Amino acid sequence: MTAEAPAMGMAHAESDGHVVPSSQGINTALLGMLLFIGSEVMFFAGLFGAYFNARAAALAQGQAWPPPGLENVIEPGIVPVLATTILIASSFTMQYALRRIGKGDRTGMNRALAVTLIMGLTFLGMQAFDYYELLVDHGFGINSGIYGTLFFTMTGFHGAHVFGGVVGITIILLRGLAGQFSGRHHVAVEAVSAYWHFVDVVWIFLFATLYFLK
Amino acid sequence: MATTTLAPRAATYQGRRSWLYGWLTTTDHKKIGAMYIFTSFLFFIAGGVMALLIRTELAAPGVQFVDPETYNQLFTIHGTTMIFLFVMPMNVGLANYIVPLQIGAADMAFPRINALSFWMIPLGGLLLFSGYAVGGAANAGWTGYVPLSAQGGAGLDLWLMSLVLLGMSSVLGAINFLATIFKLRAPGMTLLRMPLFVWNTLVTSVLLLFAIPVITAGLMMLFIDRNYGGGFFDPALGGNPVLWQHVFWFFGHPEVYILILPAFGIVTEILPVFSRKPLFGYKAFVFATASIGALGFSVWAHHMFTTGAVYLPFFSFFTFLIAVPTGIKFFNWLATMWRGQLRFSTPLLYALGFISLFLIGGLDGAFLAVVPFDFHVQDTYWVVSHLHYVLVAGAVFGIFAGLFYWFPKMTGRMLSERLGKWQFVLLFVGTNLTFFPQHLLGLDGMIRRIVDYAPNPGWTELNLLSTIGAFMIAASVVPFIWNVFTTLRGPRNAPDDPWEGNTLEWATTSPPPPYNFDSLPPIRSERPLFDLRHGLTGHGPAAVTPQLPAGDPADHREAAQ
Repeated sequence: MTAEAPAMGMAHAESDGHVVPSSQGINTALLGMLLFIGSEVMFFAGLFGAYFNARAAALAQGQAWPPPGLENVIEPGIVPVLATTILIASSFTMQYALRRIGKGDRTGMNRALAVTLIMGLTFLGMQAFDYYELLVDHGFGINSGIYGTLFFTMTGFHGAHVFGGVVGITIILLRGLAGQFSGRHHVAVEAVSAYWHFVDVVWIFLFATLYFLK
Repeated sequence: MATTTLAPRAATYQGRRSWLYGWLTTTDHKKIGAMYIFTSFLFFIAGGVMALLIRTELAAPGVQFVDPETYNQLFTIHGTTMIFLFVMPMNVGLANYIVPLQIGAADMAFPRINALSFWMIPLGGLLLFSGYAVGGAANAGWTGYVPLSAQGGAGLDLWLMSLVLLGMSSVLGAINFLATIFKLRAPGMTLLRMPLFVWNTLVTSVLLLFAIPVITAGLMMLFIDRNYGGGFFDPALGGNPVLWQHVFWFFGHPEVYILILPAFGIVTEILPVFSRKPLFGYKAFVFATASIGALGFSVWAHHMFTTGAVYLPFFSFFTFLIAVPTGIKFFNWLATMWRGQLRFSTPLLYALGFISLFLIGGLDGAFLAVVPFDFHVQDTYWVVSHLHYVLVAGAVFGIFAGLFYWFPKMTGRMLSERLGKWQFVLLFVGTNLTFFPQHLLGLDGMIRRIVDYAPNPGWTELNLLSTIGAFMIAASVVPFIWNVFTTLRGPRNAPDDPWEGNTLEWATTSPPPPYNFDSLPPIRSERPLFDLRHGLTGHGPAAVTPQLPAGDPADHREAAQ
């Protein structure tokens, strides 16, 4: 384009060494996704802030945390541990999908995306099962005092974000099946994978906080 | 990038679609910016009518025509409207129109998301005001403190949903501005050659990006408390009411910089142009803007001194610290005007009004940073006076300065200077008449947010003065509307660069064509249009003839200074 500029009169025909073309550096759409993830980090920071505020207040007043009677409700049993393992593993399959398309392997990417999608759905199914057990077997719900409110709000919003990621993966899988990505053009896959990793990392912090630290 | 900025004026697609369809479906940053400005101005009038109702009720002691419940709804919706539906979208509208032009871009980075951000604004407004249709709008103040906001009817739920929606609009807008500023700058437009308005938009966007999600989390928590038996803010369930104040003000204090930084940017654009001098201390401005943004996240609890739940010395100290970068800005503004050839056109009048009155708002804010004084005037009209001096005399004056400055660019028509000056006088006198007496009422202990007050000595007179001032402010809007109306019906009389501006928006036609630029001048300083008019010799004092060494043209400028 610069070469054509003099034909258009008052144009910056010469470069002065400070050119900032968008072809350099991070892709604009990926930058948008990373900024969005930055805002999401602050959203979960607000929820974590509420958790530690309640926890610190209870401990400062010499009360137990978790509140009495709820000590053993949230336990790292078989379902949460399995769900966590699956979600963490799905980050690796997601990254593998990105790697495949980076090498121009559309089929490999589609397969890895399909596996990631199934793992994401499995996580959501196990979370639903966990919720069911808590609600029915323990009578522990969002209205069971601050502890229940925090648990269900934090994991619920995380689950909603996993669902958002599942929708994103579905879209790029459908686009992948339609052959819309190539080794050079797959920014949507990169953006969705960044979001998926973010969702995964949030869960690691949630799991550590809610199930172990308490 | 080069492809977009240097694209020849594209012939727009002329389908059989109607004019209305074109506006409703547009993704052009200029049309979206214009819609933001128009919509937020309507909300300005709605919020202003509420303010008049409030001031009319307060003109004399006793409850005259607004019952207490209606009064609570009035000040809640007035505050929420003015902040979230007037000042914020108005700032976004101006930035939407001007930022891509100032950095030499063809549009925003994500034009369709830009349209989405805009259309969330009228929808959010509809949600907020629909409270009146379901048995009473929100009535817990714009700060929505619990436990008051945990009670109340469906109006409060609509208020919560409205704020969540408006917050999403702001976050998407912030992402869009950041991506635009980082990725779509024209060749040569380095970060330290960006106009200060763009810098202020950048810092504002960072604040929005990190502050809004926190209040969104808080609004969600309150919604869960209200509707699903949650216990976040209910001590009976183990919750903590002060948590709401933390979450709210962690957003709320950056929010006040979100409201004022664009006005800082506008004033910083206007002063050098109308003083016919270069801006004094460009890099200091950038540094001060960034520090105000960063410090904005460390002072939220100065809104909570009297809760007894915060460490007073820390928050008091950091609040005072913000006066340093703000002071740098003030002295740089004064130094920019010093010995300049001032042209007292309407934009400069508004900029001067901003500087003088925002100083008052800043100083009475510094009073509030003094902890013992804050305990004395907590929840009094001192606070009301302070926040209106920074928001009306600050943000609103900045907005009118920007509207008068950029109106010729947006429409190709010059607004009437005579009507503009009448408006300025009315608004300047009205603002001081409304809000200065409130300082005295606050010192005397008059509590805010109450429909009635005792007929203590002096209170009636001061309140009456304040009410008269409020009607003067309302009267000042009339010449503005008339001005815009008659100008838009008049001929296109504005040249491309009516003010002899410095920045790129004046390099294109008025109004700019689709995709903005046929071609761009070389960008080798923060004033590319000044360079174009005067060449590189224009930077130094007239007597100095610079000896230009060979090499990078950017270095010539440094040598000439």
